[in-house]
Amino acid sequence: MITRRDFLKIAAFSSLLGLGGAFTINALEKEPGQKVLKDINALKGKRWAMVIDTRKFKTELDFEKVIKACHKAHNVPEIANPLHEVKWIWTDDYKHSFTHTAEEYISDEIKHRKFLLLCNHCENPPCVRVCPVKATFKRPDGITMQDMHRCIGCKFCMAGCPYGARSYNFLPPRDYIKEFNPEYPTRTLGVVEKCTFCNQRIDKGQLPYCVEASEGKIIFGDLYDPNSEIRKVLSENIVIRRKVELGTQPMVFYII
Amino acid sequence: MYDGWKIILGLIVFVIIVTLPFTMSIGKPYVQPKPSIDTPEIQKMEKKQCIEPKQYMREMHIKILYSWKDYATREGKRVYVASDGKQYDVSLQNTCMKCHSNKEKFCDECHNYVNVKPYCWDCHIEPKVGGVK
Repeated sequence: MITRRDFLKIAAFSSLLGLGGAFTINALEKEPGQKVLKDINALKGKRWAMVIDTRKFKTELDFEKVIKACHKAHNVPEIANPLHEVKWIWTDDYKHSFTHTAEEYISDEIKHRKFLLLCNHCENPPCVRVCPVKATFKRPDGITMQDMHRCIGCKFCMAGCPYGARSYNFLPPRDYIKEFNPEYPTRTLGVVEKCTFCNQRIDKGQLPYCVEASEGKIIFGDLYDPNSEIRKVLSENIVIRRKVELGTQPMVFYII
Repeated sequence: MYDGWKIILGLIVFVIIVTLPFTMSIGKPYVQPKPSIDTPEIQKMEKKQCIEPKQYMREMHIKILYSWKDYATREGKRVYVASDGKQYDVSLQNTCMKCHSNKEKFCDECHNYVNVKPYCWDCHIEPKVGGVK
């Protein structure tokens, strides 16, 4: 028969052991003494956002330039079959881009206009909430990032995203990339991928590829900075966003 | 001892199985892995020194890479300050492999020897020598 006193002793000792184990694991996790800093040139922002001036996108070539710049730099595979396709930035028409809020009697020109679509880097992203392994997460500057090393390919985020911004690698992506950009990784079979707002470029002080390739048709900046260019553009134009009724607070605005 | 022969037979089988890794390699020559640092990029360097001392890199490279992944993707920190104060871009493809452009003779040499299969290259593109798969 074990006494109450002995039982407590054993319990206390084993919990100490457990704590010790946790400390050891934590100590092993990150190499101590490493010094890793932010680039001094990094763009500083509290909430990155984008305004797309849809009036200025006139020809197919305008869209193609932007999409190509992104997809080429990020080694996005070109898969024709829509069931397996992978896309970071793409186009659709008014009705399908702005489901539920599309105006029935808007001008024919707008009805037939094409809209550039990409991940909205929502303030309140459903994909982050549903990810069971925290592969997808919010950076402090508002970018919805994804850690490809951690993605298990469960596709919950694809079901969660109301904008269809996420693609799953059903096919080995390297078989469908014509020209590799050796500076950027590809993805592997069985992970989900999407636009990352070019965080690797922002961290080095450059603007996203699409913004650069659009030649002024896309404005990128810090939404929380009242003196930023993006705030000026937003205050001077009437903008709409995709599926605002869902409360995800998308960070991509469209000038109509 | 009841059923003594069964016990002894079992023990003999056990010892044989446990010592199999040793007995199997008897007679095979021991080939020490020799990762090559003979690449044009390293030859050009005045002082042939990786980001940290050799022994440290040998022991810690996977931990460095693993923490680099977290620093870069999670915290947006992409500048590594080495112990000698030099700064490097936090990137496997654009820093490590720029010098070690001979993946097959450098990375694979030891990884094959100890039979570990890191899945870095499922996504990260290895330098052109072996060609992009």
